[in-house]
Amino acid sequence: MRLSVIAREKIFAVSLIIPSILFVTVFAFYPLLYSFYLSLHRIILGLPGLGQPFIWFENYRELFADRIALHAMINTFLFVFLSTFFEILFGLCIALVINQHFRGRGVVRAAVLVPWAIPTVVSSQMWRFIFHDKYGLVNYAIYGSQVSHYKAWLADPVFAFSAIVVADVWKTSSFAGLLILAGLQMIPDELYEAARIDGASAWQQFKKITLPLIRPALLIALLFRTMDAFRVFDLVFVMTQGGPADATNVLQFYGYKKIFAEGLMGYGSTISVLVFVITLFISLAYIRVLGTRLFEERI
Amino acid sequence: MTGLRINDLKKSFDSTTVLDNISFAVSEGEFCILLGPSGCGKTTILRLIAGLEQQDKGEIYIGEQEVSTLTPKERNIAMVFQSYALYPHLNVYENMSFSLRIKKTPGHEIDAVVKKTADLLDIADLLRRKPKELSGGQRQRVAIGRAIVRNPSLFLFDEPLSNLDAKLRTATRVELAKLHRKLGSTIVYVTHDQTEAMTLGQKIILLNNGIIQQIGTPDDLYGRPANVFVAGFIGSPQMNFIEGSVVVKDEKQFFRSPACTIDISNRPALKDYIGKNIIMGIRPEFLTPDEGPLTARIELVEHLGSETIIYARAAGIGITARILSGFQGREGQDITFSFDNKGIHFFHNGIRIA
Amino acid sequence: MRKIFFYVIVVIIVFLSLLPFLWFVDTSLKSTVEVTSIPPVLVPSGSLHFYQSGIEQYELLHYVKNSIIVAGMTTLVTIIISIFAGYALARLRMRFKGLMLGGLLIVSMFPQISIAGPVWRILDAFGWLNSYQGLILPYVTLTLPLGVWIVASFFKELPRELEDAARIDGCGHLQTLFKIIFPLAAPGIFTAAILVFIYAWNEFFFALLIMTQKQFQTLPVGIALFQGQYTLPWGEIAAASTIATVPLVLLVFLFQKRIVRGLSAGAIKG
Repeated sequence: MRLSVIAREKIFAVSLIIPSILFVTVFAFYPLLYSFYLSLHRIILGLPGLGQPFIWFENYRELFADRIALHAMINTFLFVFLSTFFEILFGLCIALVINQHFRGRGVVRAAVLVPWAIPTVVSSQMWRFIFHDKYGLVNYAIYGSQVSHYKAWLADPVFAFSAIVVADVWKTSSFAGLLILAGLQMIPDELYEAARIDGASAWQQFKKITLPLIRPALLIALLFRTMDAFRVFDLVFVMTQGGPADATNVLQFYGYKKIFAEGLMGYGSTISVLVFVITLFISLAYIRVLGTRLFEERI
Repeated sequence: MTGLRINDLKKSFDSTTVLDNISFAVSEGEFCILLGPSGCGKTTILRLIAGLEQQDKGEIYIGEQEVSTLTPKERNIAMVFQSYALYPHLNVYENMSFSLRIKKTPGHEIDAVVKKTADLLDIADLLRRKPKELSGGQRQRVAIGRAIVRNPSLFLFDEPLSNLDAKLRTATRVELAKLHRKLGSTIVYVTHDQTEAMTLGQKIILLNNGIIQQIGTPDDLYGRPANVFVAGFIGSPQMNFIEGSVVVKDEKQFFRSPACTIDISNRPALKDYIGKNIIMGIRPEFLTPDEGPLTARIELVEHLGSETIIYARAAGIGITARILSGFQGREGQDITFSFDNKGIHFFHNGIRIA
Repeated sequence: MRKIFFYVIVVIIVFLSLLPFLWFVDTSLKSTVEVTSIPPVLVPSGSLHFYQSGIEQYELLHYVKNSIIVAGMTTLVTIIISIFAGYALARLRMRFKGLMLGGLLIVSMFPQISIAGPVWRILDAFGWLNSYQGLILPYVTLTLPLGVWIVASFFKELPRELEDAARIDGCGHLQTLFKIIFPLAAPGIFTAAILVFIYAWNEFFFALLIMTQKQFQTLPVGIALFQGQYTLPWGEIAAASTIATVPLVLLVFLFQKRIVRGLSAGAIKG
């Protein structure tokens, strides 16, 4: 008996998707579980003689008592909040501008995309140079040629943290803008024409038509930016190495330091698990707000 | 060239049954029409025959071979789509020869067949063009050419004329009929347009809600509609339906309704329905403004040039009549109609009884 | 008046977007003295000194080569796999479609740190630390969600009747994919390729972990770890940064429309 046409199609479909499943399983989901496994052990790379004793949730107890970890978590949340807020704000401005019809729109759109395309490491070095204590543009812009007044911005806890936020906002506002733009472009022109005929001012049009209709796009931009801001690492690694005095230490950087610089594979993995759980909860919260319908329509 | 036989087909999508108990046969060389309102399942039948969908139950035979588990490739059928579905990245020649190249037919054979078909369809000078450079009518020809080239055992047409404008549609319809006579191929043709169905079809299968309502020649469907649905669907303007009952008076049988009473003693079959509610159906073209049993008030007169349509109302029932032009009556006037007995049908519980 | 105001805003946006990067390009073309001078030199002497020393002393081209190999291979593999998966997800009847799409979406949201340790251990076990495949394999995994989403969304836009016609014309599923779908969706696939390439070219975290030997390091790692003998060699860093960025800026200016479409397809529509 031959298999039905549909059964064969299904088998074919599965065979097409197997490579993807393989990659995602071996290099994403398995490592995720493995991280959890590691987090229940004491593994110190520098001391292989110690073996890998199973220590239950000892690492987690340690983590909750770890002042630096708490600090890194607060920093991360603050960073996520500040950078996402400004990115959505500037992104909305960029989107509203690009959505207009004007000469040279293509060039402007490309120019806006440049920060998004630049490698984060490059933009980190760039901003590090701009904030440089001896010949940075920021110092020059504020103090001119009075070199003696020049500040070491990245050595100051508050300024260093702000510098990282500035660098991230600069780099990713345009991405947020593009997502919002996609939402804007789905609004038919007739709606605005109808509103104008009804005598609505520009601000009223924005409040009553634009804002409600791009809400889903805004939320998606917010989701993507939150998730991405949560992974901040390159900026911190290049610009401040988490300093001064852990002022810019964030979770991903702290985890990296524990696992790879200090070789605490077990303890570091606790941080990995923590970061994953936090992002999972945030994304679930977003999906609840956005509604599953939107995600189903995506494909 | 071979025929097609379909036995007790059933198909559901998710939990909705879209086709049930579909059985019919198309003999070799026959032009068969699947007719019905949109959503009646006719296109699904076509896709099942093509092998693009899989039935839940039932068998499909092309010639003597059961094809139910075969892929479209193995069924050797050709299909002309509503949107033509020409490959936009290939030119006309490549579109027409596509299936032959997939089959690895030798190049000179392909060349010969494509040239011959292009000549037949009068598109020989378009062979190097891309689909987007063609007009709607030209695309249509290419789509038909693509089907002819592969010499299939069965042609499937899915509403092929619905994207053409009215004038071109009529012209293409005539050409399709000629082409069928010339090629003698077996054709299953889906449409919702009854004019196409009546003019092209040797056999019409009328569907509604996934169930076959009637199978027959165009004359069968027009002259002896199996039920109220068929009677209403075929014919334009629509058949008039008048509800009433069979009564006996002075040893004669009458159909009596608020609008009219007529003598039906010449219909012995109606004897069994004495005292029961039935529906009388009469086509607008069988009503004549003349002394007769039906009196109605004219609501609207449409002069169409060659003919005139009268919309009238009798005892609250809308009556439509189609007559030759030259009618002088006006809105608001009363008018009487006589019936041509041939054009009268009777239905009980929706089924034709006489 | 409103128009002038509007153009002022446009100019400000363009200016802010490009200025920091142009400043770095400017720096890369200066002489050693000009880099540190106050007030800053606006018009550089146009010396290519830093590019020369970057290439000679810091083996800049070596990093470029590694980046091209890693980003290029990642793009190739990801796109091939994405075409298969995208076709299945966009067009074929399959079970657990939603689950797979959801799974991919989750992968795209993973913080790298949550899998970094184990990935490192897996690669270590295979002896693939400091090897091209050691970096390409995780990159393929991380770029798959992007690739599959975009490719699938472009496939979805093609009329279904074309595929039906191909099937009737005797194509199997694979032939339909390669003879009809692939050529028609080529612009979309190209868009996905650009985005995947940019991701792989820019990625730093895994490159830093996996490529610990200079011989295999990619440009971002090289740029991040640049060390001079006494001070930071800002001129060389700027030169290397320019080299790393110019190809991307070119891509952006050439294909901005596609990139915008691809990004919004990946995020909004699907």
